[in-house]
Amino acid sequence: MLVIDSVSKTFNPGTVNEKKALDQVNLALEDGDFATIVGSNGAGKSTLFNAITGNFFVDEGRIVLGGEDITYCKEHVRSKVIGHLFQDPLKGTAPHMTIEENMALAYLRAATKRHAYFSRISAKEKKKFREQLALLDMGLKDRMKQPVGLLSGGQRQALTLLMATMVTPRILLLDEHTAALDPATADKVLALTEKIISDRHITCLMVTHNMHQALSLGNRTLMMDGGRIVFDVSGKAREKLTVDDLLEQFKMRAGKQLDNDRILLSK
Amino acid sequence: MSTIFSLSILQSALELGCIYALVALALFLSFSILNIADLSTDGCFTLGCAVGAMVTLSGHPVLALFAAMGAGVCSGFVTAFLQTRMGVPSILAGIIVNTGLYTVNIAVMGFSSNVNLFACDTVFSLAKEKLPYGWYEDWYKLLITLAIVMVIGVILSLFLNTRLGLSIRATGDNEHMVRASSINPLFMITVGLCVANALTALSGAILGQYQKSCDINLGTGMVTIALASLIIGETLVGKGSMFKKITGVILGSCLYRFIVALALRLNVPAEALKLVSAVIVAIAISFPYLREKSAFYRQRNRNRNACRKEESANVSH
Repeated sequence: MLVIDSVSKTFNPGTVNEKKALDQVNLALEDGDFATIVGSNGAGKSTLFNAITGNFFVDEGRIVLGGEDITYCKEHVRSKVIGHLFQDPLKGTAPHMTIEENMALAYLRAATKRHAYFSRISAKEKKKFREQLALLDMGLKDRMKQPVGLLSGGQRQALTLLMATMVTPRILLLDEHTAALDPATADKVLALTEKIISDRHITCLMVTHNMHQALSLGNRTLMMDGGRIVFDVSGKAREKLTVDDLLEQFKMRAGKQLDNDRILLSK
Repeated sequence: MSTIFSLSILQSALELGCIYALVALALFLSFSILNIADLSTDGCFTLGCAVGAMVTLSGHPVLALFAAMGAGVCSGFVTAFLQTRMGVPSILAGIIVNTGLYTVNIAVMGFSSNVNLFACDTVFSLAKEKLPYGWYEDWYKLLITLAIVMVIGVILSLFLNTRLGLSIRATGDNEHMVRASSINPLFMITVGLCVANALTALSGAILGQYQKSCDINLGTGMVTIALASLIIGETLVGKGSMFKKITGVILGSCLYRFIVALALRLNVPAEALKLVSAVIVAIAISFPYLREKSAFYRQRNRNRNACRKEESANVSH
């Protein structure tokens, strides 16, 4: 589904702030793969996501999604087939617009014809949105006319998840999307994420700082450091792996201890 | 009140309020919704007036309104092009276009600084001829301006609820979300500015026909005036649907004209009018903030008094 072929990216080249954020990254995800990514701060996890979404163009290499080379495809064009959830729940929705309007915007992805520009939200679509909101079980289905700014962070993130997957994306990118939520809400959003991904067989990449999640969720675990993927485990080998093994692997492959408190504390 | 306000003052305030409401609606689109301060408004208003005046002079007063809107779209497109494709910051793009428009406007008026339309038909004189005699004899100008602003208001509120309108609103509301959901923000900014400037130019064209003249300095300070109307409107109406907000902007524009009429009535010299406008704008913009502040102070004092009472009650025990 997704092929990343020796992709590199250097920020601020030729200055004192030069930073090699991605260094010859290679990655191939099969259709329906759900891979978790761990790594310390600045390892290049979010940069990898931004390279996939087209936030910037990469210096070298190419990115192929669903058989289509998207290396130099514009961000808004490729976002038609990419779902992206940010860590900050405020980033995924428009606060001054109603729940219904936000969902209608997400549903725009399904519209391919130009004349759809001047169409309005139909009663049929409203019903569809309502049914989808009911799945969240957060009492949102009766608040369709309320601005999203009134919702809590957890509700907004759940809504964003719904919006990102309303039209099934070729790949779903989850950038620590539960990290800013309280534990109970985080669990709920995570359960919802798992359900949607397995129901619709969505290919997914997820950044996490929780080592348990990194091993228990999905079918593959990647570890990044210094802009490279330093460890890639799946199948039988992954089943046997414990959190301690994972930390040990990191120490061995990155040549240093994990420097991230959040990772260590979540152990 | 009747001694200060005569019916004719009320009438002309409403007429002007409706005409200028179109500029306020343009700023509603660019400033409130797209979150862009479009400083080309002054020049674009004059451009609309100049183009409208020239087409009216050649005997097509109705066509003049559409021609003006067309000119406004072009002006908006240039502003948008500069900021979306040439990397010019949005405020600078507006200032650059505004400066350029001065020359364009003079050129449109045949390299003269004013044009008068006293000898030719306008939409107002046409309507006066067409309308049968009736009670509204003296109110035909208000009827026309009101009709135009109502039609534009309804169209705009319908437009803002189409998918294109929703995308424009989202562009001003949350850029991250827009980029992640397959909307091209550059295209949305372009469309938004074209529509906004078309409204500004339309307003200029109607004003030109209304006062039967066009002057190169007509648009000076238009941004401030429209902003005042917009903010008065938003303060009046507050949160709500797009239709409600648009109604608020139109009401705000009329109210602003009342305040100006009142100032004139109180013998404020005409030269001081811009200062009066500036003061009104400053008050209108700071009003919501001050209201919030005063609510906080009242709450604080109430709380303090309650605590003091409790303390003194404890002491007396």
